[in-house]
Amino acid sequence: MKIVLQNLTKKFPSRTKKSKDEVVAVNDFTFEIPDGKLIGLLGPSGCGKSTTLNLISGLQKPTSGKVFFGEDDVTDLPAEHRGVGLVFQSYALYPHLTVKQNITFPLENLKGIHKMTKEEMAARALEAAKLVQIDTLMDRKPGELSGGQQQRVAIARALVKMPKVLLLDEPLSNLDARLRLQTREELRRIQRETKITTIFVTHDQEEAMSISDLIVVMKDGVIHQIGKPQEVYDDPINQFVATFLGTPPINIFHGYVEDGRLFIGNEAVLSVTNVPNQEVTVGIRPEGFILDENGPLTCKLNRVEVMGRDISVVSTHDLCDNAAIRSIIDAENNVDTNSETVHFALKPTKVHLFHKGTGERIRFEV
Amino acid sequence: MDYLQISKAANIRKKITSGIIYALLAIWAVIVLFPFYWMLLTSVKSYGSYNAEHIPSFFTLSPTLQNYVDAFTTVSLGKYLTNTLIFTLITTAIMMVVIVLAAFAFARLDFKGKNIVFTLFLSLMMIPNELVVITNFVTVTNLDMRNSFLGLILPSVTSVFYIYLLKENFAQIPDDLYYAAKVDGTSDYRYLRRVMIPICKPTLITIVILKVIECWNSYVWPRLITDDPDYYLVSNGIQEIRENGFGRENIPAMMAAVVVISLPLIVLFLIFRRKVMEGVTRGGTKG
Amino acid sequence: MDKKNLKGWLYLIPAFLFLGVFMIYPLIDVFIYSFEEGYNSASQNFYGVGLYNYSYVLHDPYFLQALKNTFILVIITVPVSTGLALLIAVGLSSIKPLRELFQTIYFLPYVTNTLAVGLVFMILFKKTAYSDGLINLLINLFGGSSVDFIDGPYWAKMLVLCLYTIWVVMPFKILILTSALASVNPIYYNAAKVDGTSAFRIFRRITLPMISPMIFYLVITGFIGAFKAYSDAVALFGTNLNTAEMNTIVGYVYDMLYGDSGGYPSFASAAAIILFVIVLTITCINLLVSKKHVHY
Repeated sequence: MKIVLQNLTKKFPSRTKKSKDEVVAVNDFTFEIPDGKLIGLLGPSGCGKSTTLNLISGLQKPTSGKVFFGEDDVTDLPAEHRGVGLVFQSYALYPHLTVKQNITFPLENLKGIHKMTKEEMAARALEAAKLVQIDTLMDRKPGELSGGQQQRVAIARALVKMPKVLLLDEPLSNLDARLRLQTREELRRIQRETKITTIFVTHDQEEAMSISDLIVVMKDGVIHQIGKPQEVYDDPINQFVATFLGTPPINIFHGYVEDGRLFIGNEAVLSVTNVPNQEVTVGIRPEGFILDENGPLTCKLNRVEVMGRDISVVSTHDLCDNAAIRSIIDAENNVDTNSETVHFALKPTKVHLFHKGTGERIRFEV
Repeated sequence: MDYLQISKAANIRKKITSGIIYALLAIWAVIVLFPFYWMLLTSVKSYGSYNAEHIPSFFTLSPTLQNYVDAFTTVSLGKYLTNTLIFTLITTAIMMVVIVLAAFAFARLDFKGKNIVFTLFLSLMMIPNELVVITNFVTVTNLDMRNSFLGLILPSVTSVFYIYLLKENFAQIPDDLYYAAKVDGTSDYRYLRRVMIPICKPTLITIVILKVIECWNSYVWPRLITDDPDYYLVSNGIQEIRENGFGRENIPAMMAAVVVISLPLIVLFLIFRRKVMEGVTRGGTKG
Repeated sequence: MDKKNLKGWLYLIPAFLFLGVFMIYPLIDVFIYSFEEGYNSASQNFYGVGLYNYSYVLHDPYFLQALKNTFILVIITVPVSTGLALLIAVGLSSIKPLRELFQTIYFLPYVTNTLAVGLVFMILFKKTAYSDGLINLLINLFGGSSVDFIDGPYWAKMLVLCLYTIWVVMPFKILILTSALASVNPIYYNAAKVDGTSAFRIFRRITLPMISPMIFYLVITGFIGAFKAYSDAVALFGTNLNTAEMNTIVGYVYDMLYGDSGGYPSFASAAAIILFVIVLTITCINLLVSKKHVHY
């Protein structure tokens, strides 16, 4: 089922009682989530991701705007009747119920023609448990499970009622690094198998990039960019999106354009023919550097980190905002670690120019 | 499925539910408040008009303060109030000193046998008052302290529970503060007065309020130990007024006395509402 | 080192003095009293040691009356007040506007003098020569006939006593349950809501199990408190509770100790210890039951 958000806005009264300012958690969202896809809502904490999720689940009511499930307007429909599956950040497993009781809990709520017998429920619960591979833990209580197992129970509980939409709020944030990697693959697999439209919220861009069909990058209640992960990475709409995506992060330099050439300091590093003269912010992806004795960009060399297939050259530059410039280069290149400086040429596709004031992207031709 | 209809039905049901809840809460509020209203109302009805009412009226057009005058002149309500005030203040004051010292010793000082003694203290919390009152009665009688403030106050001072409550609070103060003070050459006593007491002031205030409520309403012990009306506290006073009071059954005047007795604590509660409720949540009981 | 030890004890001296004289010594003494037969408080001697005091108390019709009254009071007020408090606390927790106001009002009985407000209940329920009292008028309004609740039949007196006791104990229970409800993480409610759970089912399957420890705490303290009922009865029926047939066990203890029928600390001690044993037994039973049914 596709989900459509139309001019969705949610305002909260300010936390300090005295001022009448409102906090706009979600500001005029309009976008369509296609059926059967895995969508990552991505942004720094406090950007309104979780609020968006709550508006879709019905736990919160929008200040204005509408939510559609398919063609139906569900804006005023209480959460109880929306039939969504929701996995909470802290899982919200009922501590006094066993895993099995937790998973069958949503099924016991069904009424009328949907009412199920105990056997049907048990069968469905087992099916869901098998999908997330916890069918051997059915009689334990949540307190006796590890974080990863609890997380699977939470997913099973959300899936068991075969929801039209599955919502996950920071589903992996309480897991340790290794488990997080494993579980996110799992999530992808489950979504593929069930084909349920799934929206998950995360502040971890790597997580969002790695498994989403589409990512929605947000900040301060505003959507910045929607697109396929690679597209958003390669073609960020502004400086925020560019800096938020990518590890190691993009390197930000202060530069200016003069006569169709991009300068960082006194060095003309790239030709940008169609850009009028102005000061610009230059973002260079770590993989946008080419080691070149005669390259125009000269940086002070700090150290070289060998990472197997690649090497990471760590250097500094007076006009760079990052404390250290990280550039990732093929390991076949040799870097003279005794040298004080390192010279780079740049790959034009990995260099983005942004407007100095607004951070908007300035597109250029080589 | 018609989502609109479901939305509407859910909305209506929600409104009905909240209507029922408010109605229920309002009914209980009336049940709680009505006795207060009634005592206030009766206390301003004149003796004559009260007794003339076969069907009690819910308001009065000619309120009078005569009953309050009677309550203070005909019976010694003023005396009862002063007695209770003296009893409450002295008992609370002595108790605070005792429990602060004891809680400090348990929370901050190291000495041999501390843990055993503290466990002993904790087990004393389970002893019901009814068990010890008998001997205390005999003790105080033998010491010839009946009908005296000393006899009233001394057995009421002890409170293991408050020592426990305060010790827990004291123990939350980081040790670093103590070591810092030690390095600066602060004595233990000075540290208690200048650091621990100010930091734990909220808890101390809560304990004071709870103890004041307890003292103001105490009935059993004062009843046992005083039979001279000069030493009656308000609880015994009101009982005395009821049984031998105004020479005749003067209910409006009796209600005036009830209002005067109830008012101080109600005012105290309304001022320190949060503290009182928080304190009671943390471990008060009634009865 | 010695100085350090001394200092600790020094701070404890006042507490020890008070506790020793007025708590520990009496605790031991009360057992001794209860076994001393024929103790005379004037001459301070006794002529035997044994169980006579217990046997006397257990055969005393006044004690048996008090025992019966207390048990009826406990059995009625504890479940009713706990259930009612739960209902009100749930109602309170589900509203936002006026919540503080209601909470404040509900707490008022806690800070009022039991003896004083008892008098108000008395005049509300009492039937006098002049007037039948407000409650009787209400009963008449619904077609019933007047009853004297204060000097009338046993059941009527017991009813008022129960009503007043419930009125007095409610604030504490409402407060404890409201804070217990507030401590349940709202995320469980959200989770249940998303799963389409009805309000009643949320209450039965989630709220109730999660606050069950607090409910049992209230039941236990409620039992203990109700077994010690006394001043509520005095407030309603005056100090001469034996004549009113409304005495309680604690009232019996005090009457034995002092008052018109007083002067028998041995009988009082025996009765107090019987009460203590009853309370202890019931508390233990409560704890055993709660272990089985409380989910944490």
